[in-house]
Amino acid sequence: MSEPAAPVPESVDLDAERQGSGIDAVLDQLDTELVGLVPVKTRIREIASLLLIDRLRRKLELSAASPTLHMCFTGNPGTGKTTVAQRMADILHRLEYVRVGHVVSVTRDDLVGQYIGHTAPKTKEVIKKAMGGVLFIDEAYYLYRPENERDYGQESIEILLQVMENHRDDLVVILAGYKDRMDKFFQSNPGMRSRIAHHIDFPDYESQELLHIGKLMLAEQNYQFTSEAESVFAEYIERRRQQPHFANARSIRNALDRARFRQAGRLCQQGGQLSRQSLVTIEAQDIRSSRVFD
Amino acid sequence: MITQGTFSFLPALSNEQILKQLKYCIDHGWAVNVEYTDDPHPRNTYWEMWGLPMFDLRDPAGILMEINACRKTHPETYIRVSAFDNTKGWESIRLSFIVNRPSVERQYRLERTEVASRQQRYAIR
Ligand SMILES: Nc1ncnc2c1ncn2[C@@H]1O[C@H](COP(=O)(O)OP(=O)(O)OP(=O)(O)O)[C@@H](O)[C@H]1O
Ligand SMILES: [Mg+2]
Repeated sequence: MSEPAAPVPESVDLDAERQGSGIDAVLDQLDTELVGLVPVKTRIREIASLLLIDRLRRKLELSAASPTLHMCFTGNPGTGKTTVAQRMADILHRLEYVRVGHVVSVTRDDLVGQYIGHTAPKTKEVIKKAMGGVLFIDEAYYLYRPENERDYGQESIEILLQVMENHRDDLVVILAGYKDRMDKFFQSNPGMRSRIAHHIDFPDYESQELLHIGKLMLAEQNYQFTSEAESVFAEYIERRRQQPHFANARSIRNALDRARFRQAGRLCQQGGQLSRQSLVTIEAQDIRSSRVFD
Repeated sequence: MITQGTFSFLPALSNEQILKQLKYCIDHGWAVNVEYTDDPHPRNTYWEMWGLPMFDLRDPAGILMEINACRKTHPETYIRVSAFDNTKGWESIRLSFIVNRPSVERQYRLERTEVASRQQRYAIR
């Protein structure tokens, strides 16, 4: 004899559900740890609300197909796409949209093979590893090479399309890359476009935001600027962003890594007793000796 | 009805039940194989492999995807899942169970042959 089913409740407690999922902690962390990116954060909150309400509806047995959550992140290098994908996976996991919540990050070479019959197993292998979590495909447009009619990338795209449709409950696909190339990719691959529900654009950071990011990165590693160093770094940012290969926050991280090198060199030359203060401090000269100021 | 591996005296496992078993396997770090054959004779230990062994998976849905693909291509065969434990000392199959049967099952019977000195030889055919 089966137990009589519990009656479907007439109302549900949104606040309890929020707390139970721990979603607010992740969203707040997103706000404090990631500088700027306001449009991105807004979209993520919207997605989180949708999933939360979806969960409550299911409790009242209001059935609906689970929403499609495949996404596309466009933006220049170093604008935080990979970082946000990690957070997204965490959010999707907390709201029980994915079962495990890990991120498998790949590029064309991980998906596409070198010879006939090589691509399908390769793509499927990656898909199987990503199931339960997020499959992040960086520079996704390289999958499509129209100049080569027999390119195996197309085969990989077909398999991805199928999985994105039939295994929506098993994994979320996030495509990432430059905006213009991604737009072109979607023009030639309407099937892909129609399966992606969320297009999120990552703007370049303002100089102010880059400075803020730099200070956060330093604090994370127990360093700090002197006030002079800070203003030199602000100038560094202005100059650096005019130069080629500027990669937003990634350039900032690299610049700070080099400043740490110079600080270490300076301290070693100085020798003798070193105070705690001197070990954590990045001085103006550690930045000014950068090639950017030549 | 062919009985071999675990669970084969039970009614066929549902996909949901199969997923739970697969999860148990990957959580123990076992490599999971999908194999099929039209010759389920107990002496035939080597079944055809469907694809490569699967390991380093976080979730079993991908394995079920392969089982379903195998079922689609070889509906009239026996399909089994086996889980291999590569830790030192084990290095063997830890769990194996059938996930597909043909619509008409193979029949086997015990055959006796009398040889010299009234000895009996047995064979399963
Ligand atoms: N808004 C932000 N606040 C703080 N740190 C950030 C922010 N955006 C990016 N970073 C940091 O900048 C670095 C580069 O970011 P990330 O790798 O996410 O960029 P990306 O867009 O994926 O770049 P690419 O296109 O080159 O792969 C990381 O170390 C990340 O922690
Ligand atoms: Mg990246």
